[in-house]
Amino acid sequence: MEEISALIGGFKVALSWYNLALMFIGILLGVIIGVLPGLGGANGVAILLPLTFSMPPTSAIIMLSCIYWGALFGGAITSILFNIPGEPWSVATTFDGHPMAQNGRADEALTAAFTSSFVGAFFAVLLITFLAPVVAKFALKFGPAEFFAVFFLTFASFVGMGKGSPFKVLAAMTLGFVLGAVGLDKVTGSLRMTFGHTELLSGFDFLVAVIGLFGIGEILSSMEGGLKFGGAKATIRLDAVFTTWKKLLKYWATSLRSCLIGCWMGITPGGATPASFMSYGLAKKFSPNGDNFGKGEIEGVIAPETAAHAAGTAALLPMLTLGIPGSPTAAVLLGGLMIWGLQPGPMLFVEQKDFVWGLIASMYLGNVVGLIVVLTCVPLFAAILRVPFSIIGPVILVVCAIGAYTIHNSMFDVWLMLVFGLFGYLFQKLGYPLPPLVLAIVLGDKAEEAFRQAMLGSQGSMTIFWSNPLVATIMTLGMILLFWPIISALKERVFSAPPTAKT
Amino acid sequence: MMSGHTEEDDGPSLVTNGTMEIVLAAVLMLIGAIAIYDSVNIGFGWRDDGPAPGFFPFWVGLTLVGSSLINLFQGIRKSSARETFVTKPQFGRVLAVLIPSILYVAAIGGLNLGPIQIPGLGIYLASAIFIALFMIFIGKESVIKAILVGCFVPLVTFFMFEKWFLVPLPKGPIEAALGLA
Amino acid sequence: MTRITIHRIWKMFIAAAVAASTATAASAWEPTKPVQFIVPAGTGGGADQMARFLQGVIAKNNLMKQPLVVVNKGGGAGAEGFLEVKGAKGDAHSLVITLSNLFTTPLATGIPVSYKDMTPVAMLALDQFVLWVNTESEYKTAADFVKAVKTGENRKFKMGGTGSKQEDQIITVAIERATTPNKMTYVPYQGGGAVAVQLVGKHVDSTVNNPIEAVSHWKAGKVRALCIFDKARSIYKTKITADQAWSDIPTCKESGLDVEYQMLRGIFMAPGVTPDQTAFYVDLFKKVAATPEWKQFMEDGAFNQTMMTGDDFVKWVDAANKTHYDLMKEANFLAAGK
Repeated sequence: MEEISALIGGFKVALSWYNLALMFIGILLGVIIGVLPGLGGANGVAILLPLTFSMPPTSAIIMLSCIYWGALFGGAITSILFNIPGEPWSVATTFDGHPMAQNGRADEALTAAFTSSFVGAFFAVLLITFLAPVVAKFALKFGPAEFFAVFFLTFASFVGMGKGSPFKVLAAMTLGFVLGAVGLDKVTGSLRMTFGHTELLSGFDFLVAVIGLFGIGEILSSMEGGLKFGGAKATIRLDAVFTTWKKLLKYWATSLRSCLIGCWMGITPGGATPASFMSYGLAKKFSPNGDNFGKGEIEGVIAPETAAHAAGTAALLPMLTLGIPGSPTAAVLLGGLMIWGLQPGPMLFVEQKDFVWGLIASMYLGNVVGLIVVLTCVPLFAAILRVPFSIIGPVILVVCAIGAYTIHNSMFDVWLMLVFGLFGYLFQKLGYPLPPLVLAIVLGDKAEEAFRQAMLGSQGSMTIFWSNPLVATIMTLGMILLFWPIISALKERVFSAPPTAKT
Repeated sequence: MMSGHTEEDDGPSLVTNGTMEIVLAAVLMLIGAIAIYDSVNIGFGWRDDGPAPGFFPFWVGLTLVGSSLINLFQGIRKSSARETFVTKPQFGRVLAVLIPSILYVAAIGGLNLGPIQIPGLGIYLASAIFIALFMIFIGKESVIKAILVGCFVPLVTFFMFEKWFLVPLPKGPIEAALGLA
Repeated sequence: MTRITIHRIWKMFIAAAVAASTATAASAWEPTKPVQFIVPAGTGGGADQMARFLQGVIAKNNLMKQPLVVVNKGGGAGAEGFLEVKGAKGDAHSLVITLSNLFTTPLATGIPVSYKDMTPVAMLALDQFVLWVNTESEYKTAADFVKAVKTGENRKFKMGGTGSKQEDQIITVAIERATTPNKMTYVPYQGGGAVAVQLVGKHVDSTVNNPIEAVSHWKAGKVRALCIFDKARSIYKTKITADQAWSDIPTCKESGLDVEYQMLRGIFMAPGVTPDQTAFYVDLFKKVAATPEWKQFMEDGAFNQTMMTGDDFVKWVDAANKTHYDLMKEANFLAAGK
């Protein structure tokens, strides 16, 4: 095996005390960046990029990619503890992670999240190690029609989520689409719904909406019930990690499915956010405990976290082999590579073997280091919930305000956050589901863009979505999921009809 | 329609679910209407190379208005419509955090209300005051504790953002006086 | 314990205050606080990369006492960033790096901002554009390509590019002057890297990627360079592919396609600043241009290394604005009232 020897060479490059120290620092910085909403992985890496110019490129990319792993790990922490996703791909983690924390199982949720992240990343690194050339070719097959099909599949996997009124689901989702459409239309360059207000030019940022809807909304609901914050009854169990690990083994099927979804989304590159949503949606559909999703089901934490981290890691493959970033953070890393004089693309694996294999080796090491760091902190993180709400409440509000501000350096976004907070509170109380709303805000404009690019290419003909086996398969899968409620009802009738006929 | 409902026995109740359903549905319908209005202006048809810029907002806006209309009627007809949405003490507690939050955000950047212009305090000072006052008046924590937490959080934030990550946050007169702005 | 901490923090404040007051005492103007470097685009694009590179080079070589802080304000095709600089009247601590959206955004959207609202500092370089096709396509020269579009089916050729009504689409319109009566179908994508991959994956027929976006695919033999949209050929003679260097790509004009286009990588600052303040930054970027890192960066991206300041720069910008106006008018891209 040629790869194995190359990888061993890579470990020799990555395993120096200097590089290990950088890994450790990178992971810690990344966790901090992931925890602070608004200061996402992309910003964090971009901010620290100039610091790395005086380092050797391999060390620099090791540190920066470790910041990236750290941010992926860290995004889950605030999602679970305070219902505030630090990163877009942690939104789906809040759905079950936060209810778990409210039930006093924060340590379990955190352990599940971190471990799943690790499993997802490890799976993706194995894929990068052994299948890079094959997989890179797969990414080339994705044009606009295929991208639209992927987004369609993500939405379809979310249909039937939540048990509220279907019209409330519809209202929430269409509200998300409307909000997502505000700003510059990327296909024709015309302005939509800005009405001359320059603040609206960049549209509603997904993170501002999420910080408001989830974070502020949660604080308002907690206040309504008095100065309580769920989870205060959490006891600190030092063995939580091991007891949770035992439970995780049961859900190997969910993990594997999420790994596959994540890798696929990372490579194409659809990104970690659709991966986490799609994985959550499918886990809910296929799990025997599907009805409990949203109430604190551990599977609802495993699925999005595994997929998000697998996607985040796999996204580095198209970045290295094709020069297309699979995520905003990868985009910044890509810029970094160019500044160090490394040209990402098909030739990188040939011309810069040491660098590439050093990086891949550091992915293994970085994730192991990261897992150890975050797992040892689980009791510490869980203990934060024991701080009384009268102290943590205002601090969360301040952190939310800073997060909303740093996204675009704009006060307008901070005001917007409060408005979204009010909506989040009302929505929750009146049974409007939030997941379809955020899904539509984050993916709505991307789906529309892909659809219109495809239409431009096909001169307005819808047949493009069934024009080759790949796109046709994804679209058909999407259709099946979309009509799943009807299909499963039919299935039930077919299978239960004979016995009833006999009696 | 407004909060003046007739249920005598439910003294502390402030608003019923039905009322809030109507209010929220109306707001969503308004948002949908804005989307429709704008897409009509920029064109919402299907051109020979695919949908026009307003195509998606138009249909999405229409769906939003339609589904909100249904939600509105269901909200009135549902059995839970007369149940309490929020009681007076509950609402008081929500306002107790909402109003300080609004004042806090206003204090960060200041306000520009035409003739009245209030300069902002910057995020650090505003946060310190907000955390301390919140802890004292709403959280009923001790004054010393409140001041300590109130100073500690902004200081950590300051060093983390301004010095470490080089992310400038809004600053006010204090930072200017210290030569940090 | 607490007393010591507070004491220490207090000391730090005093130190910072003293440092700030001594800094202002110097004779020639220099920044007294961190300089905000606005990128009117998202993270990861060409302008962002250059801004962060500048930040790194300036920090590494100690060219400025205060740090340069990069801030992305890409909303409304960059209007957000330009509006911020326009509004920071007299603030000498805000810089903005430009791409072609300096011209295209105000013209296409009608947002009230113009290069005339800002103080020009320097042109750092000009970014090149190259006409690329997939290696497996039958077109060997720009003339082949033009002829094929001209005699083929209208709108059948797909041109991939970054953004809408921006540089790539404007070049497409300029190419269409030579292919009358036929037009191409322009498909906008979000980033140059993605566009290059769409060409390799044959989802589009051609692109006008910047050299740095396509170089790796070129090296790997996946794409073919037909011509460069500059007056003269590139000066970089190092072989990139087995038999071609940047300097071997013919100009579009010499291969029968009379189109010239380059993208400004320039620096502007807020209006109402003093000449002293502008002079500081002009000097700063001249120092940057002399560093070996910068020269390497220019060569990697096959940039045209024209540097301009003062009146030359203003004249160039005026002319470029006119070109954009004419091309966009012809293509019907202008916002109402422009």
